Amino acid sequence: MAELTELGVAALRDGVRSGAFSAVEVADAFVVKAAKAKPLNAFLVETPDHALAAARAADSARAAGETLKPLAGVPIGMKDLFCTDGVATTAASHILEGFVPTYESTISQKLWDAGAGMLGKLNMDQFAMGSSNETSAFGNVISPWRRPGSDAPLAPGGSSGGSAAAVAAGLCPGATGTDTGGSIRQPAAFTGISGIKPTYGRCSRWGTIAFASSLDQAGPMARDVRDCAILLEAMAGFDAKDATSLQLDVPRWEQGLSGSLAGKRVGIPREYRVDGMPEEIEALWQAGIDWLRDAGAHIVEVSLPHTRYALPAYYIIAPAEASSNLARYDGVRYGLRDLPEGAGLQDMYAATRAAGFGPEVKRRIMIGTYVLSAGFYDAYYTQAQKVRTLIARDFERAWETCDVLLTPTAPSAAFALGEKSADPLAMYLNDVFTVPSSLAGLPAMSVPGGLDKQGLPLGLQIIGKPLDEQGVLNAGLAIEQRAGFTARPQAWW
Amino acid sequence: MSVDTATVKKVAALARIAITDEDASRLAPELSNILDWIEQLEGVDTAGVEPMTAVIPNQLRLREDVIDADPLTGGGIRDALMANAPQAEHGFFTVPKVIE
Repeated sequence: MAELTELGVAALRDGVRSGAFSAVEVADAFVVKAAKAKPLNAFLVETPDHALAAARAADSARAAGETLKPLAGVPIGMKDLFCTDGVATTAASHILEGFVPTYESTISQKLWDAGAGMLGKLNMDQFAMGSSNETSAFGNVISPWRRPGSDAPLAPGGSSGGSAAAVAAGLCPGATGTDTGGSIRQPAAFTGISGIKPTYGRCSRWGTIAFASSLDQAGPMARDVRDCAILLEAMAGFDAKDATSLQLDVPRWEQGLSGSLAGKRVGIPREYRVDGMPEEIEALWQAGIDWLRDAGAHIVEVSLPHTRYALPAYYIIAPAEASSNLARYDGVRYGLRDLPEGAGLQDMYAATRAAGFGPEVKRRIMIGTYVLSAGFYDAYYTQAQKVRTLIARDFERAWETCDVLLTPTAPSAAFALGEKSADPLAMYLNDVFTVPSSLAGLPAMSVPGGLDKQGLPLGLQIIGKPLDEQGVLNAGLAIEQRAGFTARPQAWW
Repeated sequence: MSVDTATVKKVAALARIAITDEDASRLAPELSNILDWIEQLEGVDTAGVEPMTAVIPNQLRLREDVIDADPLTGGGIRDALMANAPQAEHGFFTVPKVIE
């Protein structure tokens, strides 16, 4: 029998159901593997007891002849942005060091209710602000991938970099991520795994530490499309505690999976052919087009004319929302308090926030504060929200001639740690292909397409109509079935 | 638009983040660079365009008008709310004295 940690979500679920192995054996195997992978720094907290308790519950349910829950026997990793009752939650920031939630986020609760167990809390970019995992206050996550003949540490992408590294290295079969401007899709592409951001409002934001509330969406990261569909079914659903939660039934995405795209129209947005895009990414995009045509789809060229304005609009809207959301970290109710000798209340706030937030978080709070300040609000924030309307309108027009869009996920393969961290703008540009669909609230996923000349994974992105996660998953599956992507990182850790 | 160190200090004060002169000098060109790049949005014709308020059409709901409609967000959970307070006394959050 193959090693249990080589199996994905569906295989583990089915194996536990059929009795091929026990849930405790599965949990044990992943706990051991995660404990040996310290050099990746993917976990901030390991929670073997949580995973084992869920596994024991699954095994006793099976022994008692009960119907097993949808994720019985499947241990997962939890991005540290989700509040977990009794388990430290920091968003990878010093300002929340020592914070132990007294409640469970809706997303994590739904996963536990579905029978999943938790292997641990996963490292990330601080407050989900970053594209390389270099902004964590608790050290960089190191990608399990390396360039051949080099031991230079590579970025796993961000902000869900711990989730991506853990899944790619086989430390967990699936993990939760969150995506504000590409934080599920870009790390999935960098590490050769799949990840989907659903339509805004599908997944509850309650108990998820807020970054930019009009953009933040949770979603799963896993080894293949089916595993993503299974996890998303457990995570999605209406939640009265989130005012933006959509009051809709959760479709049976796994059951609806089909790699046949007969009658479907796939749009290729011409504005995504950016200057200086590496030839290999261009070639992979063409391969993706050919695969989808082979699956029966009709390929059409479309135009999204405001694409180039998406990133600058995002870097007004997201920091503006962040500056407001992060005002709550004041040293009074939870987290860090820095009270210099003789300081008053205002000094305490300023000292606490100076000591607790990392440089990128401060940078974004400052940008957000600036663009929202008196006299600048209309020129920056209102204009950005108008541009956001135009970007959403571009997509609506595209849907008149196509059902899904195919683009590359990121403009490059994984870069080395430190390669882009000196220039915030260069780092922001990494999200050029993922941000527009975030601004429009659309479902979008990344699936691995191939390797570049250095042997590093490249991803393809599928963007769908509002609420059409099924169309996105199916196009992802069509690519997966044809790309033949089986590469895995060689264990060096 | 170029941001000078005085503006950086003012914004930091508004954001309640203590910064040193050295931080302000480092941040001024960094923020200027980002804001200059953002300013390309000025060139987009948005005449007659409404600013986005919701990406997906959704209706605001009213919860039932009862106490503790949801026990997780209702009342009677003082201890849980205060469990993470850096300094709490007698069931209250405490802060440095604000009135002499």
